[in-house]
Amino acid sequence: MAERGASPLIAVGRWVHGLDPNMRRIVLYGCILAAGISAPFVFEAYTFAIAVLWVMILFALTWDILGGQMGYNSLGNIAFFGIGMYICAIVQIGLYYDVALYTAHDGAVNIHYTPEQYFTGLALGIVAGGLGAMAFAVVFGLIVFGLRGPYFAIGTLGVALAAPELIGAWDYVGGGGGISLPNYPGGPDERSRLFYYLCLIFAFATFGFLKWLYSTRFGLAINAIRDDEEKAEGMGLHTMRYKMIGWSIAAFFLGLSGAVFGNMIGFIEPLEVAFPTVTFGIFMIVMCLMGGKGTLWGPVIGATLFHTIKEVTWAHMLGWQWVALGVLIIVTVVFFQQGIVGWLKNAFPEWYGITVDEAVSAESDADIAARLTRSEAAE
Amino acid sequence: MANLELLFSIAPVLNIQLVLSGLFVGAIFALAAYGLALVWGVMNVKNLAQGELVIMGGYIAWWLSIDVPVWIGIPAMDFRLFWIDFLPISVPAVAFLEFMKPAIHPILGLPVAMVVMFGFGWVIFKLIICRVIDKDLFTSLLATFGLALVIQQLLNLAFGPEVQIAESGFAIRSFFGGMVTVADIKFICLVLAGILAVVVVTFMKYSRMGQAIRATAQDPRAARVMGIDTERVYAFTFSLNAAICGAAGALISMVWVIQPFYGMAHSIRAFVIVTAAGLGNLPGVIIAGLGLGVAEFYSGFILGAVLQQFTVVGLLVLVLGVRQIQQSRHRQPVR
Repeated sequence: MAERGASPLIAVGRWVHGLDPNMRRIVLYGCILAAGISAPFVFEAYTFAIAVLWVMILFALTWDILGGQMGYNSLGNIAFFGIGMYICAIVQIGLYYDVALYTAHDGAVNIHYTPEQYFTGLALGIVAGGLGAMAFAVVFGLIVFGLRGPYFAIGTLGVALAAPELIGAWDYVGGGGGISLPNYPGGPDERSRLFYYLCLIFAFATFGFLKWLYSTRFGLAINAIRDDEEKAEGMGLHTMRYKMIGWSIAAFFLGLSGAVFGNMIGFIEPLEVAFPTVTFGIFMIVMCLMGGKGTLWGPVIGATLFHTIKEVTWAHMLGWQWVALGVLIIVTVVFFQQGIVGWLKNAFPEWYGITVDEAVSAESDADIAARLTRSEAAE
Repeated sequence: MANLELLFSIAPVLNIQLVLSGLFVGAIFALAAYGLALVWGVMNVKNLAQGELVIMGGYIAWWLSIDVPVWIGIPAMDFRLFWIDFLPISVPAVAFLEFMKPAIHPILGLPVAMVVMFGFGWVIFKLIICRVIDKDLFTSLLATFGLALVIQQLLNLAFGPEVQIAESGFAIRSFFGGMVTVADIKFICLVLAGILAVVVVTFMKYSRMGQAIRATAQDPRAARVMGIDTERVYAFTFSLNAAICGAAGALISMVWVIQPFYGMAHSIRAFVIVTAAGLGNLPGVIIAGLGLGVAEFYSGFILGAVLQQFTVVGLLVLVLGVRQIQQSRHRQPVR
């Protein structure tokens, strides 16, 4: 081992390995948090791209609550993102103006928000966006949660495809033309930093909350639903209640992120920004599968990898990026379904505390041999 | 809602127009849905790329029917450039193809589309589908969704995002003093769809391959024991489905419109029909298909074109909800 320790990377690796687990965790989170906080100052030109990365991580994490941990593969989680976005916009504008009047003038009415008005609206809007998405999750849940397997996936896809069509036909919120959100009362740098940090905070909050959630009884219950729903029900779990709560949690965080994302873009419309089923809606699943579904870190790793690859290559592919995305989906799904973390778990089980006790396994082999001899002797 | 009044008190004869238009496209929906039910029933693969196969068949028939070179002057120039960069030989090949390609009537393009799509289906099966058959349910959904993305984007790159119609050049008849107009081609396509359905059903019932397919659907293991090469049956089933979709697409390109991104709506329609009818229920598929066509035209007329798409997905959610209520009745606890 000593001769391989030449590279500084490996030296750092060994130092981290030598720390006790709690300390290691603190170092890791500290590094990520420090990188996240300093990013808009270090890579100023990429503030928006990195903010989207945090949103992507949040997407993948929330999809994994149902898709990975509970075994309910939804194709329509993106609906909550758009619902949060629209509710936030309505609250922000509706607090001080008539929404219908505002959208009817389509930006021609020049409105000014004092900073106080703006921030009150934004804060209330984000909270309302999260809670509203949660309420919709409960309503949708009543419709789709009786469906199992592929029907659930198709039903949720149907909901996600229906939402933009409905909003596009609803003139109160501007229909297909969309709404432009209130202008930020401050400089552009300040604005982009504010929304960057909001994305960062929400991504961290999601991660922390899920980390805690998966360690509780709730985590065990949703895993039981994934493994065998009938048996879980037979064991006395109120599966419907768990499914609802799981979906509401995902919807809450998606609603928050939607509210922030809409304000970050500054203009929302139903098809491309609020309900991008074929882009973000599919990205969240691909990211989750790439990283490894059903694990806490898998979605984070998958989202980071996917977003980085996408940002670097997207602009250079001249219309072929969507073909590449489709191929990526097929390859990931067909050939690499366990994902990066799942693969690591298989290849290096000792990293995850899965060990084979040689003594026990040897003994049990001997036991089997002895039993066989005994039964042969009995015959 | 003004249209509602128009429909029921001012000009009730418009109902006939809507019902007819709905039936013409509904028959084609039923065809694609039958293909979906076939693949679903035989190898338990939920093909979300069904609509894209339909649209692809439509583009084949449409491309054969026009006599001007299409790939020139369309925003898909970079598609050509791509091939020029990587395959120098393709320049003369494409030019030759475009120069020599005769303009075939779309009705004659239909069998060509079927044959091409059969081959395409075989390739897709060998590349992707054969690897997802024994995986869990979500795998096939997501893999075919990826396939759908690839197909629609390639079609978009090749032919551009414009809405296309394969012109049949037949007359348009009017009835009731011009209130109801029906193109001859729609009748012809309805008859063609009917003939196609009869041929496929006969094939499934009496041919050796059809019997093998049905045997595999019932019990793949027993079929293997009886000497049926199930892998070949799977490949053939998927190719047959692609061919049926190709035919449906060629018909759609004549009676309606095609566009690279209309495929998803066709997939959803196929799922609505199959879910409403159930697997292996041919009369159900036909009735549901025709009903969906009519419902879509009515909602498009009454609620406006904006909500026509919504009708399809709304119906999907509705059908799934009704199915769920039906099933929950069977899931009562034992007393």
